[in-house]
Amino acid sequence: MNLPINFPMFMSMSLNSWSDALSQWVPFGVPLGLVVVAAIPLVFIALYALTYGVYGERKISAFMQDRLGPMEVGFWGLLQTLADILKLLQKEDIVNRDADKFLFVVGPGILFVGAFLAFAVLPFGPEFIGADLNVGLFYAIGIVALEVVGILAAGWGSNNKWALYGAIRSVAQIVSYEIPAAIAILCGAMMAGTLSMQQFSVLQQGEYGFLHFFLFQNPIAWLPFIIYFIASLAETNRAPFDIPEAESELVAGYFTEYSGMKFAVIFLAEYGSMFMVSAIISIVFLGGWNSPLPNIGTFTLNDWTTGPVWGVFWIASKGFFFIFIQMWLRWTLPRLRVDQLMYLCWKVLTPFAFLAFVLTAVWEIYMK
Amino acid sequence: MSEYFRNIASGVTTILTGMGITLRHFFNAVRRKGDAGIDENAYFGQVDGLVTLQYPREAVPTPQNARYRLYNDIDDCIGCGQCVRACPIECITMETIKVTKDDLEVCGKTSGGQQKRFWVPVFDIDIAKCMTCGICVSVCPTECLVHTPVSDFSEFDRDNMLYHFGNLTELEAEAKRKKLAEEKKVAAAQKADGSTEK
Repeated sequence: MNLPINFPMFMSMSLNSWSDALSQWVPFGVPLGLVVVAAIPLVFIALYALTYGVYGERKISAFMQDRLGPMEVGFWGLLQTLADILKLLQKEDIVNRDADKFLFVVGPGILFVGAFLAFAVLPFGPEFIGADLNVGLFYAIGIVALEVVGILAAGWGSNNKWALYGAIRSVAQIVSYEIPAAIAILCGAMMAGTLSMQQFSVLQQGEYGFLHFFLFQNPIAWLPFIIYFIASLAETNRAPFDIPEAESELVAGYFTEYSGMKFAVIFLAEYGSMFMVSAIISIVFLGGWNSPLPNIGTFTLNDWTTGPVWGVFWIASKGFFFIFIQMWLRWTLPRLRVDQLMYLCWKVLTPFAFLAFVLTAVWEIYMK
Repeated sequence: MSEYFRNIASGVTTILTGMGITLRHFFNAVRRKGDAGIDENAYFGQVDGLVTLQYPREAVPTPQNARYRLYNDIDDCIGCGQCVRACPIECITMETIKVTKDDLEVCGKTSGGQQKRFWVPVFDIDIAKCMTCGICVSVCPTECLVHTPVSDFSEFDRDNMLYHFGNLTELEAEAKRKKLAEEKKVAAAQKADGSTEK
């Protein structure tokens, strides 16, 4: 057992100490610690998708439409998602006859792996990060875009007109929205001067809480913030940019032909990338795992709410807050037409992203 | 160019307005929408709140005079067969046996005081066919055939939709039939005797 005795639980704030300690835990020559490091985000995605993702979204949508939502399975329908999962597990794994069997099977896998790989660079707190890459942010936005491959494989492999339409729309949309999203994120990177996700959070630390967040450090930061949020909606295929799965025209878009566990995996990937983009936006602009509460005189709220466990709490609640806004928008806005989608990307978001980029650069060089 | 910015501005304001509306509904989901009917003044005031009714546990009360499931109070039925004739889709089946003179007392009277002259061994309503037009109810002279406010009477077996209201068992009905036949025979014999005497 190489597990260090002085495992820093709630005491220190040395960066990445939990994940470093875990990764060095190699009992009997088996790198079990690395497995645990990888398992933590996986369990997190599964739990959050099961509870907040599916159940929460159904409840939120129901309340916004004056309905009750799931009420029958368990108290307030709390066991509804478990029942759904049990149903999906029992379903026959259908691969339709004329499908491209390899692509059909591999599509959901790529989707999920793409969504899950991004969690490698997500700091779950000051003490825990899968891999503290110096190009973490670049890696994250790059790996989220890997989903395109999975979507295209799923849509093409299904050999179904709706699936193919959905896949092509999705690819066009994600590739287009990468540009404003990346430029907006670049504004954040300029403010930080680094691409490491941990360094982003460290730079936004301070006794005034939220005032140290990049969103409030710069008079133009709200513009890339909003641009990235809109573009992230499009990248995760959420409404109002859900034209790839547009139920009313394309049945279910690129996953029309999927059922059972493959369908569940696609769903999990969608919720995984929803949390990932929410986490990215909260790390770049809203301080990641830093507490937003300021120190006021003797009430050192910031000091009280800072620590490894608090960090997990803050980053999870910031992510969930943005997911709530994503759901809120989904149940408010109708779907955009394809041409409106492209108009918004190329004629509105991209020019404004460039403008924000230049203004941020000017601010960083001359004003700061 | 100014139209471009106007579009953006109107896009932002309309999105915010819409989000305000959905958020208001979201927070109002803690209470129920009132149950004022359309004839009440409060009807148009109840915009927010949950509208879902969890049906098997709660239901909108059915109106007093509404037409739902048919019920025949067989003790009041005189077996006149008007409902059978009135029914447009022939969902009522009725069989009657005339009451013999000595049984009139046993058969009794309706609650309205009318002497019943027929046994009704079979009074079947195929409620699956019934379209609740209510013509049978309106022609019923003793008002024994009525609509009840029961609106949910679905069944797993179609045969259960055939409602039996007859008040005699098969054996009883057979006995009554025999009795009637004997009485007729006696009457016919008396008639024959009378005609020969004259």
